[in-house]
Amino acid sequence: MITFRGGIHPPEFKHLAENKAIEVMPPPRQVVIPCSQHIGAPAKPVVAVGDEVKVGTLLAEATGMISAPVHSSVAGKVKAIEPWPHPVLPTPVKSIIIEAAGKDELDCAIKPRSEAEIARLSAGKIREIVRDAGIVGLGGAAFPTSVKITPPRGVKIDTLIINGAECEPFLTADDRLMREKPEGIIQGAKILAKVLGLDTAYIAIEHNKPEAIKVMTEAAAKVWPQAEILTIKTKYPQGAEKQLISAILKRDVPRGGLPFMVGVVVQNTGTAYAACEAVTQRKPLYERVVTVTGPAINVPKNLLVRIGTLSTDVAEHCGGLKPNATKFISGGPMMGIAQSTLDVPVIKGTSGMLFLNDKKSLFKIAEEVNCLRCGKCVGVCPMGLVPCEIARMGEYEKLEQAERWGILDCIECGSCAFVCPSGRRLVQWIKYGKTLVFAERSRKKEKK
Amino acid sequence: MNSEVKNTRNTRKFIVSPSPHFKAPFSVRKVMFVVTIALLPALGGAIYFFGLRSLWLVLIAVATAIGAEFLMNLAFKRPLDSCLDGSAIITGMLLAYNLPPTAPLWMAAVGSAFAIIIVKAMFGGLGHNFMNPALAGRAFLMASWPGKMTSGWILREGLGTTSGINVDAFSGATPLGVVQKIKGIGDVAVAEALNSPETLKALFFGRVGGVLGETSVLLLLIPAVILIVMRVIDWRIPAAYIGTVFLGALLAWVFKGTPVTPWFHLMSGGLMLGALFMATDYSTTPVTPAGQWIFGIGCGILTILIRLWGGYPEGVSYSILLMNVATPLIDKYTRPKILGQRKKRKERK
Ligand code: SF4
Ligand code: SF4
Repeated sequence: MITFRGGIHPPEFKHLAENKAIEVMPPPRQVVIPCSQHIGAPAKPVVAVGDEVKVGTLLAEATGMISAPVHSSVAGKVKAIEPWPHPVLPTPVKSIIIEAAGKDELDCAIKPRSEAEIARLSAGKIREIVRDAGIVGLGGAAFPTSVKITPPRGVKIDTLIINGAECEPFLTADDRLMREKPEGIIQGAKILAKVLGLDTAYIAIEHNKPEAIKVMTEAAAKVWPQAEILTIKTKYPQGAEKQLISAILKRDVPRGGLPFMVGVVVQNTGTAYAACEAVTQRKPLYERVVTVTGPAINVPKNLLVRIGTLSTDVAEHCGGLKPNATKFISGGPMMGIAQSTLDVPVIKGTSGMLFLNDKKSLFKIAEEVNCLRCGKCVGVCPMGLVPCEIARMGEYEKLEQAERWGILDCIECGSCAFVCPSGRRLVQWIKYGKTLVFAERSRKKEKK
Repeated sequence: MNSEVKNTRNTRKFIVSPSPHFKAPFSVRKVMFVVTIALLPALGGAIYFFGLRSLWLVLIAVATAIGAEFLMNLAFKRPLDSCLDGSAIITGMLLAYNLPPTAPLWMAAVGSAFAIIIVKAMFGGLGHNFMNPALAGRAFLMASWPGKMTSGWILREGLGTTSGINVDAFSGATPLGVVQKIKGIGDVAVAEALNSPETLKALFFGRVGGVLGETSVLLLLIPAVILIVMRVIDWRIPAAYIGTVFLGALLAWVFKGTPVTPWFHLMSGGLMLGALFMATDYSTTPVTPAGQWIFGIGCGILTILIRLWGGYPEGVSYSILLMNVATPLIDKYTRPKILGQRKKRKERK
């Protein structure tokens, strides 16, 4: 079966939510929409306190090449524009706070395009639509999609991969979306392929989602027979871009490089669906499917949530937390970010909300002892690194050596720390080392 | 940090820790516990073949190891409870497994204390020692009391002879000791006796003379296979080590360099104990897969060289110690290729 080198088989815990159909969460009475929900420059507000907005109204516009606009997810009034805690960024971020009022009305710009209109759209126009809809990678990285589908001059893209691996344990949002909206995803894939000048795409799904594979295969036959559904091995981190490309095409993205360098664009299934909605419905990205799950939430669900909904409201909608909840993770257990409070809003990159307790040793913070040099981390590293060594170099700030040993190649997948019997904080030390390396670089640049 | 934030509603706080938030339930203590269990059948064997005295040797070595670790933790201000993490227990057991059954009890204590204090704690404790503590302890005892370490091979009454063959001249010798003695003489009758199915059977089940833990192939192999299947120990080093010894012994056998078959070489002496339980020690062996192959092959070559041409009948422990010393170097030159650094691969259609 198609797979990459290294990796791990963590317990999946998908059963908690995989059979829960996507449920539409009613709009909350208040949303908090951060101006920065993507990699790149924050968006600049175009509304003022007191303004009336509808669902889908532009709130803040993109600034610069790598950026994305944000839109309102409720109809109501702008109550404040002020810093608010953010699930990804460490300090509070300028956010637009909107109080819902009256009818949940769509912005008048949101209306379907006819088939004929869609057929006439040029690649450039579609890029513009995707950009204006504020679409970013929904798998978690939140890189602006319009940039990703605009390869640099002279670069020929020959393969589009739609990533339905969803290799993070617990998360089932992509799985559900594939089962429930297969046609939209395939339509989206077709649109993205067109932009890239391709007439085919791979849609890669891990073999632990047989239902999704079946449904998607049927839908592809109907909507776009050129799409090829690939069953890939269930293994973490199968859905990481470089691993996916290596597994499917046997091409290695060069060190420090990006997928376009080997002629590939990878898009998440949710992103493809959002692109489809943007093109066919003129719908900006103001809601997304989030898996709310974990042993410490009363009713795990897959929810269609408005962007900006506060985690408190989402948790409440899922029956509330169990008293023994100790951790709240935005994202999955391997790469998600631990949150200190429920005040953070759902943003475009929020693929899951995971609530853990410390009942199982799996979820406990392990006691850290000396590295045993067992080599297990080396065996599982999907990037071919020696995690025990680069983590040590990070910890002791041996930056030059760390760089030579590939600390910057680490994708922070956490496989090494997962298997480490010594409970070493490998990812933490590697991230620390990376931060120092980058700081050193920018210092050197300034000097020049 | 949040001073500028207004209107938040929650006071409930959660634990913030770096990702991953998921950890395989596989800890140092568990590893050590499982390995300890895996070493127990050999202890049972030792008691059966050599008498209850084996148990006292092992208990004394283990107690000394734990005590020494505790004292060193005190001295170096390390967490005290780490003396019970199981690694000291294993060091003690392996040290005792490397003693002849008649070794004085104090030697178990001295060797064990040396292993923990000099070889392990002085170099930084768990994971920092660069030589296998039990083997270094054994080497120390060998250098200090060679007579006591290389004689006194016995078997419990009624179990047969220590050499595995009924030739009077070799009563009180280990099977490899006999091989060493007839190397020059080329005694055909003795060689035949050594290669007889009975001798091989005695070697396999362990009814021959030797150090406490090494004699029974069966009692070492079964638990080790279980450890490999459980992925507690890696298969590469044992496979490379045993495979290399087999190949070397086969060549020697074909070219008449040794009076005994490769099978005899595999099952005699400390090869199984060494390859399965000492060359697989985490801290003193390479972390890279390629390095593990090199380590195993290196141990195999050295063992064969010592057995065929060395002054000692057996070379397992020195081979492993030598390769232990080479480990940092091996690790350095066997780094895996980073993804994107490998040369172009053949593409799928
Ligand atoms: S897995 Fe942990 S203990 Fe083993 S070598 Fe890597 S860092 Fe060291
Ligand atoms: S070193 Fe980085 S890429 Fe390798 S396993 Fe650890 S986190 Fe993943």
